[in-house]
Amino acid sequence: MSDIRREIRKKKLIDFFENFKSNKMGLLGGVVLIFFIIVALIGPVIFPYDSMVFGEVGDVLNPPTNQHILGTDDLGRDVFRNLISGSRVSLFIGILATLISMLLGTVFGITSGYYGKKVDIIIMRITDFFLVIPWLPLVLVLAAILGNSIWNIILVIGLTSWAGTARVVRSQTLSIKEKPFIERAVAIGSNSRHIMVKHILPNVFPLVFANTVLISAVAILSETTLSFLGLGDASRPSWGMMLHYAFESGAISIGAYWYFLPPGICVVLVVLAFTFLGYAFDEVLNPKLKKR
Amino acid sequence: MELLRIKNLKTYFETKKGYVKAVDDVSFSLNHGESIGLIGESGCGKTTIALSITRLLPNEGRIIGGKILFEGENILELNDEEIRKKRWKDTSIIFQGAMNALNPVIKVGDQIAEAIVFHEGVSRDKGLKRVKELFELVEMKSNRINEYPHEFSGGMKQRVMIAMALACNPKLVIGDEPTTGLDVMIQSQILNLLDKLRKEFNMGFIFITHDLSIISETCDRIAVMYAGRIVETGRIENILNKAIHPYTKKLLSAFPNINGPKKISEAIPGIPPNLITPPTGCRFHPRCEFASDICKSIQPEMQKAEEGHYFSCYHGDV
Repeated sequence: MSDIRREIRKKKLIDFFENFKSNKMGLLGGVVLIFFIIVALIGPVIFPYDSMVFGEVGDVLNPPTNQHILGTDDLGRDVFRNLISGSRVSLFIGILATLISMLLGTVFGITSGYYGKKVDIIIMRITDFFLVIPWLPLVLVLAAILGNSIWNIILVIGLTSWAGTARVVRSQTLSIKEKPFIERAVAIGSNSRHIMVKHILPNVFPLVFANTVLISAVAILSETTLSFLGLGDASRPSWGMMLHYAFESGAISIGAYWYFLPPGICVVLVVLAFTFLGYAFDEVLNPKLKKR
Repeated sequence: MELLRIKNLKTYFETKKGYVKAVDDVSFSLNHGESIGLIGESGCGKTTIALSITRLLPNEGRIIGGKILFEGENILELNDEEIRKKRWKDTSIIFQGAMNALNPVIKVGDQIAEAIVFHEGVSRDKGLKRVKELFELVEMKSNRINEYPHEFSGGMKQRVMIAMALACNPKLVIGDEPTTGLDVMIQSQILNLLDKLRKEFNMGFIFITHDLSIISETCDRIAVMYAGRIVETGRIENILNKAIHPYTKKLLSAFPNINGPKKISEAIPGIPPNLITPPTGCRFHPRCEFASDICKSIQPEMQKAEEGHYFSCYHGDV
């Protein structure tokens, strides 16, 4: 390949990042997110935390001190360390659940759009089911049946949040499968699976990507909701679990702000960061929204 | 040996108002290394014939009757999986509008290699090596296989499509208006290239177009189609110099002659017929100045004018 081409492609990539950098919202989201990811990755190594080690009697619900910079909880554990180890759990659940949701949404969306007819009708009715059924009762029942382990939470969130993606991917697939290059792909002897994976998937990918970021926000919020309602995994306390314990121990009514505020703020920040990032990607990747 | 023989092919499209008789009782044959041009106005069934030969008809398309024999084998009797394996190896297509026939997010080399990998069971790397050879064959630099479709000009994309059509050494290539949308210079380059490659590889070639000048340059024989039927067929010089069917004559006179007087070309009066309920008898009769009673009721048979030149008209002597 000629060097000029390589230069052009390199420039395009740089342009993309320049474009992204000029998007203040996206930049803010990105910075906040990277911060939390770093915290989640290396924080627990520096500040190890064991939820089974309780404090002394006098350490219960102490306000911030030099030793415990965010005070202690109702069992005398350090809130700051809990918060940091919680970030790993929350992000892990959120991201993995998003991946499941994306995978299901993309596979169902492309299959439905590409085959059409009966396959389309069946998949779309299932999608409708997940779209119209009230989310919270469904998730509560599912989580209660499956039991509260971290993997079940991931599964439940993933299984209930793919419908919107499937819809979007399906409609894009419907338009792409009518393009002449799909006809050409059939003419050279491709089978359906090859066409869906090699020709349709790369064309719907930008859409899937922008959607992934937005779904991540929803997934993390869902995890917090479930944990807050007591369906979380007690052995791996996430931010939602902290809120749950804070609520249960009456920290809110006695005004132990150091217990319930930090996890709440963290959840809000991460969800906001994902949302900002999602909109920014949409704006940069979608030429129709580009500002001149 | 005969490469392709089409016998009484009938391809209809199912619509809410009834069957559209896009191709009705068409027969012709093609030898190895020979090229035939299908010519006719829009909607006369040229592309439908191509799609029938490749079995790429949309869901509404039905082949109602007839045979398509490819080296003696009726391809209408093969099931989907058998036909999928034969596609591109036997018959390849140069698509109308190359700019849309390439996937914008995949490198062109990979798109061509795809066909080679499918049909020859070789690795992707081997496939790409062959693509490089193909690129040289269509007179392009082989290092361009790593580029995306948007990095090519229109004429170059057309060359890519030709390279793709040759990927599996097909015995028959169908060009569905392969030069539409290109300027005259590029058109002639592409046509010369196709001609050269056809002779080099002894491929059969079906050329679909409504441009007489293209056909007269590249084809051995012409089949003139009107409303789903072949009305006249013959060697290129038969048709150009001794056309018999009134529609062919009209078609020829509608085409300006570079040496002739400066005048507005003659148009054929009337409109193309509705193919759901085509005219009875000769389908051209509502627009034909010679139409008599028999033309309106009975479909004229193919008649022989001389060796290899056939027409279907009651007024061959006019």
